[in-house]
Amino acid sequence: MKSRFAALAALAAAGTLLLTACGGGASGSEQSSGAATAKSAADLGGMDKLVEAAKKEGELNVIALPHDWANYGEILDAFKKKYGLKVNEANPEGSSQDEINAVKQLKGQDRAPDVVDLGSAFALSAASDGLLAPYKVTTFDDIPAGQKADDGSWFFDYGGFISIGYDASKVTDPPKTLADLKKPEYKGKVALNGDPTKAGAAFAGVYAAALANGGSFADIKPGVQFFADLKKSGNFIPVQSSAATIESGQTPITLDWDYLQAGYAAKLKGKVDWKVTVPSDGIYSNFYAQGISKTAPHPAAARLWEEFLYSDEGQNLFLKGLSRPARLPKMEAAGTADKTALAALPKVEGDVKFPTDAQVNDAKKVLADEWAKALG
Amino acid sequence: MTAETVTAAAGVAPAAPAAAPVRPGSARRLLSWVAGHLGLLPFLLYTGVFLGAPVVMVAIGAFQDNDGAFTTENLTAAFADQFGRSFATSIELSALTAAAGAILGAILANAVLGSKPDGLLRKVVSSAAGVLANFGGVPLAFAFIATLGSIGIVTKALASLGFDIYAGGFNLFTFTGLAIVYVYFQIPLMVIVFTPALEGMREQWREAAANLGATRAQYFRLIAVPVLLPPFLASTLLLFANAFSAYATAYALTTGVVPLVPIQIGSLVSGNVVADQQNLGKALGLGMVVVVALVMAIYAYLQKRASRWLS
Amino acid sequence: MKNKALRWTVLTLFGLYFLVPMGASVEFSLRDVNNTHSFASWGKILDEPDLLPTLGTSLWVAAGTVALTLLLMVPTVSWVHLRKPKLRRLIEGVSLLPLVIPPIVLVNGVLVVFRDAPEVINGTPVILVLEYVILALPFTYRTLDAGLAAISLPTLVEAARSLGASWPTVLLRVIVPNIRSAVFGAAFLNLALVLGEYTLASILLMDTFPVWTVSTGQSEAGVSVAVSLLSLLVAFLLLFVLSLVAGRRKASRGVS
Repeated sequence: MKSRFAALAALAAAGTLLLTACGGGASGSEQSSGAATAKSAADLGGMDKLVEAAKKEGELNVIALPHDWANYGEILDAFKKKYGLKVNEANPEGSSQDEINAVKQLKGQDRAPDVVDLGSAFALSAASDGLLAPYKVTTFDDIPAGQKADDGSWFFDYGGFISIGYDASKVTDPPKTLADLKKPEYKGKVALNGDPTKAGAAFAGVYAAALANGGSFADIKPGVQFFADLKKSGNFIPVQSSAATIESGQTPITLDWDYLQAGYAAKLKGKVDWKVTVPSDGIYSNFYAQGISKTAPHPAAARLWEEFLYSDEGQNLFLKGLSRPARLPKMEAAGTADKTALAALPKVEGDVKFPTDAQVNDAKKVLADEWAKALG
Repeated sequence: MTAETVTAAAGVAPAAPAAAPVRPGSARRLLSWVAGHLGLLPFLLYTGVFLGAPVVMVAIGAFQDNDGAFTTENLTAAFADQFGRSFATSIELSALTAAAGAILGAILANAVLGSKPDGLLRKVVSSAAGVLANFGGVPLAFAFIATLGSIGIVTKALASLGFDIYAGGFNLFTFTGLAIVYVYFQIPLMVIVFTPALEGMREQWREAAANLGATRAQYFRLIAVPVLLPPFLASTLLLFANAFSAYATAYALTTGVVPLVPIQIGSLVSGNVVADQQNLGKALGLGMVVVVALVMAIYAYLQKRASRWLS
Repeated sequence: MKNKALRWTVLTLFGLYFLVPMGASVEFSLRDVNNTHSFASWGKILDEPDLLPTLGTSLWVAAGTVALTLLLMVPTVSWVHLRKPKLRRLIEGVSLLPLVIPPIVLVNGVLVVFRDAPEVINGTPVILVLEYVILALPFTYRTLDAGLAAISLPTLVEAARSLGASWPTVLLRVIVPNIRSAVFGAAFLNLALVLGEYTLASILLMDTFPVWTVSTGQSEAGVSVAVSLLSLLVAFLLLFVLSLVAGRRKASRGVS
């Protein structure tokens, strides 16, 4: 038996060698001159030159952008219409980790992603691995300090708050705070959007619950305990909430990002009266980050995409999806923010604070250890 | 071995001659061993390249840190408390649903075989089994939420008859609920893999046995069980592995509250929360291989015992 | 099972278990505003321009997978049964591996191994064909093994050989017809697997039918359920037609 397994292993190794040997011919597309290293539109001779170079490339590869997420569907359409580029959308349901893997492993191929939209921890990790190309959009200075890398290798794009969504026809006395969720009348009604060790929105939900229950950014445990209690009382159902579970009435109350809740409300218009409120006792906000792949097959188009996202038009489109774009504070001050969309944003009462990266990492570790243990 | 012999061997694979008589001399013995196994070459080459190589990459990753340096940290972490618990839960769920799926699937396969060989029923069932054996993920979870969830149609129907299953302690989003859902794809898989074995049971055998004065029970004990037990065990093993690696359905239904290894691997290698822990996921993947290797060993032992007991 | 009443009771019970959840999904996909029902969600699917191209891709991937699987596995498993029965356990072990490595982990390895492979392989769905053969291996092996174990292979082969049949003839005209249901079972599972596989296809960034169903399902709740039912229906119809064709061919051969 032993020799057979050895033979198998040898074959496997030989196969690997063979493939590595016969490879090496992977073709990348012609890089338009200078775009791949341009650190700003000015480096290329201004916006017009950037647009020209992008049009010459003709295509843009994006990854992991669901159409119902932060209004990406409309944003993609607007971009296509404005610049006439073909946009290849890959793996719309992909995770941040999937995006990073695609950048790493598809390097040199025409199909590799040009731009990524990452959870902040993944943006930091990708930047330190040297996967992202530093680039400063024209409006870079509008992005608040602390929401961008100094060299422009990543920058926050949009964010939101953890919010309670509920079906107003089924939940007559809606919860206003996280503490309210413990009420017996919500038995079998409360859900998260996934596993907090995997889904960013669910993780944020537990973090917010920690803040509401005597925890802090440095202590997520009360949040885990909160859900363990909810599970025990039967209020929490561990099913992953989605538009389908909301419409069918299975998850009448969910904790999720406010901009995703807004998406459900729009999607279910006429079928479910979906209302959103940001709980005053657990204000937790988080941003996603944009980055350009260093090995982007369409470097100019990638840079044009970022310029578009951070233009007033792009930022207002994010706002229209009820997410809060990075330039919002400046745009509100300048009066360029879309007034209707602004008025539709769920109200947030109280101070907004952010945890440090170290605090978030610690919280994730605790959560990974405790979640299944406390709720199983 | 030269390239020519490889191609030649691949070309005549099914026609490979039987092992030549073994003569002294290690080179010759090696040659004759190779000659005797030529028929396996295409299979081994193919799985070596398309399965072996990727798995080797995963295995290497399990022993690397994020900078590519050697470490055993991932493996140590994979044995930590929380993962041990999920291995136990995963094994329990897989064993339970494999056993239930195997028994129920065998009953269904047998009932279907009673119908006309080329009849519509058989075609419908085999087609449906092929589809349902691969059914899973969010759609399957949703189908069951809409059926046995707290306001599912069966739940409501039973409640109107006076049976409130949720008051009685049932909950779809638990281990029990998961098991009920898993059986939904385990039974069809059993039907597909076990039907050929059942078909091999000749009607003549039963008639011959009956003519010789055997009772139904005797036929069952002395003929049906000995012939069917090995393929039954093998199919159960397959079902075990099938449930063991299933992921998307459990995720959609329980979001990790019922701790299962594939869900934890998914969080590590394809998540939005935990960054830079992919290699720990690979180490857990290796752990899964080890578990199934152990189960394979138990299975081999059982097969041996079964054949001894039956002969 | 001679007892007809018992047989139908069993079949009905199984039927209920399998059909009720389907029925619940179907009902949901037909829901419209104000407690009415309509085919609105289904109608929306048909407006999607990518339905047919992605289905086409999946169909040729499926055809390739089935062909390659049978080409590789029927001779291998027959050979093992004939010549090296002791190796059955080894081959079985290897065949089980793909089921044990979660696809999400396997795909990581695949990405690394084939990173520098020619673009024909890793830039097109060809890579899916090659890896789906692997993913289907556990089912393929088990089905073929069961089929071969159930016939007296050595006797059949010996008889054919003594009548002067060549090995390819033996394989095609003696072995394959005798394990027809196993061969079809294997082909079925391959086909169904390809029409349902999402993880590899999405991570390798291929536009297959299952990937399309997930991205299309995002638009609306009803559509997401309808589109997943559609993919089951498409797979079922394909398999059903295939089994009808297979049955007819056998019948016509029986007559001639």
